[in-house]
Amino acid sequence: MPRAVPMAPRAKRRDRIPAFKSLVWMASLAPVAVLADRIFLFGQFTGGAFVDDPVELIQHWTGMAAMIFLFLTLSITPLRRLTGINTSQRFRRLLGLFSFFYASLHVFSYFIFDQRMQLGPIAEDVLERNWILVGFLAWILLIPLAVTSTGGWIRRLGGKRWNRLHRLIYPAAVLIVLHFIWQTKVLEMEPLIYAGILVVLLAGRWWVRRRT
Amino acid sequence: MSETRHPHPSEVTPESIYVNRRTFIKRASLAGIGGSLVAGGVWARQKNAPRVEGAFDDDLTPWETVTGYNNFYEFGTGKSDPKKNAQDFRTDPWAVEVTGEVREKRTFPLEELIDGLTIEERIYRMRCVEGWSMVIPWNGFMLKDLIERLGPTEDANYIEFTTLLDRQQMPGQNSPILPWPYVEALRMDEAMHPLTILATGVYGKDLPPQNGAPIRLVVPWKYGFKGAKSIVKIRFTKRQPRTTWNEAIPREYGFYANVNPDVDHPRWSQATERRLGEFFRRDTLMFNGYGEVASLYEGMDLRKYY
Repeated sequence: MPRAVPMAPRAKRRDRIPAFKSLVWMASLAPVAVLADRIFLFGQFTGGAFVDDPVELIQHWTGMAAMIFLFLTLSITPLRRLTGINTSQRFRRLLGLFSFFYASLHVFSYFIFDQRMQLGPIAEDVLERNWILVGFLAWILLIPLAVTSTGGWIRRLGGKRWNRLHRLIYPAAVLIVLHFIWQTKVLEMEPLIYAGILVVLLAGRWWVRRRT
Repeated sequence: MSETRHPHPSEVTPESIYVNRRTFIKRASLAGIGGSLVAGGVWARQKNAPRVEGAFDDDLTPWETVTGYNNFYEFGTGKSDPKKNAQDFRTDPWAVEVTGEVREKRTFPLEELIDGLTIEERIYRMRCVEGWSMVIPWNGFMLKDLIERLGPTEDANYIEFTTLLDRQQMPGQNSPILPWPYVEALRMDEAMHPLTILATGVYGKDLPPQNGAPIRLVVPWKYGFKGAKSIVKIRFTKRQPRTTWNEAIPREYGFYANVNPDVDHPRWSQATERRLGEFFRRDTLMFNGYGEVASLYEGMDLRKYY
């Protein structure tokens, strides 16, 4: 059905953003869908093998997703600097919140399934085992960032203070990678690759800041 | 070995069907699929799921998990490596050398060694030192019956089991992660306990290679690593033999390796375990729930003899 009033070109351009945004949403929730299929529907739609240990699968996938979304969040600004495309900035908050979403699923699957919400054993485990401690700290650092991600909080804090607070993403990213490296029994290749990616992301920022 | 018959009470229904159905019901009810969102409905459905006689109150771990999630470092360190790498493993012919403090000192063809021993089904919990567990329907015979037939001498205080050393068939033996071949051992009274079996089958079938074919040790109150697989040598000794994990990392793995929720592994707690397939960890039981063996360790400090 043709529209009665032709849209202005500017409005048309803006319209594509919600469409793209829903695509990003769908892609961001894909890990949840795949997990649900593997565990509850025996991989009918995504083809995986029989899952012997669903909790291990949940923890691996949510942990990886939290880390990858954090890296994506960190790569939005360099991407803008390199390409000059400004719209991507709109997705930074969405990606950051998805990182927190997956990190929270990861942490709560540990609280609920491994520790059955018993505070004593949780505290003992977190304090006694370094690799759990650094992962836990990373999640704690992400909490204020998620809370203050709204426009209201940016106004309330003021851009400068908000920016300073949100630099917590850097230590959080380092702790997450450390958590990943430490949780393997022997030194494995995969965590080191992610450590390498983080080094590139952080070094790139430092380099840009020095030049400007 | 293929002629060995392993009778199984559930032969009327292939285990892959009933076990999968049960797993599905369990997971579906946890997800709230099928309108059983009400907690009461969830539990009612689990209670109505078929159970196997003699399995305590525990459901059997599915065949797929029992034969697809294995620690058998001779075939690789990943949990799915043994199934992948052991499929061409030759178990026929198989011979077992019997040596040490024993009357009948010679190498037996496996058929002769176990000929006439009563093979029965034993449904045992299996608790891995790593913190996960299964419930497995083994087919095997009491080790005590074999020991009585072999006739150990008065000096036999321990019995030692050695796994095959074959770097061609067992690619994992090419990396020096453990001192090969794998050796495990028991005190003679542990070996003579009626719970201790040598298994030749699982789920009513011959043992698949990844589970330690053609013959392996099963000691249900000890951590899984005590259960030597693919045994080629049985030796009776006067003194406590050196055992593989204990030799590799003595601080973490003891000779006794009794399941004990009160004695932690240096790197993790042993108080709880995850039954494979379940979501919530459950409490680990002393001696893995086989309290009848407690008298074997009377007066021993189990923190020292872990």
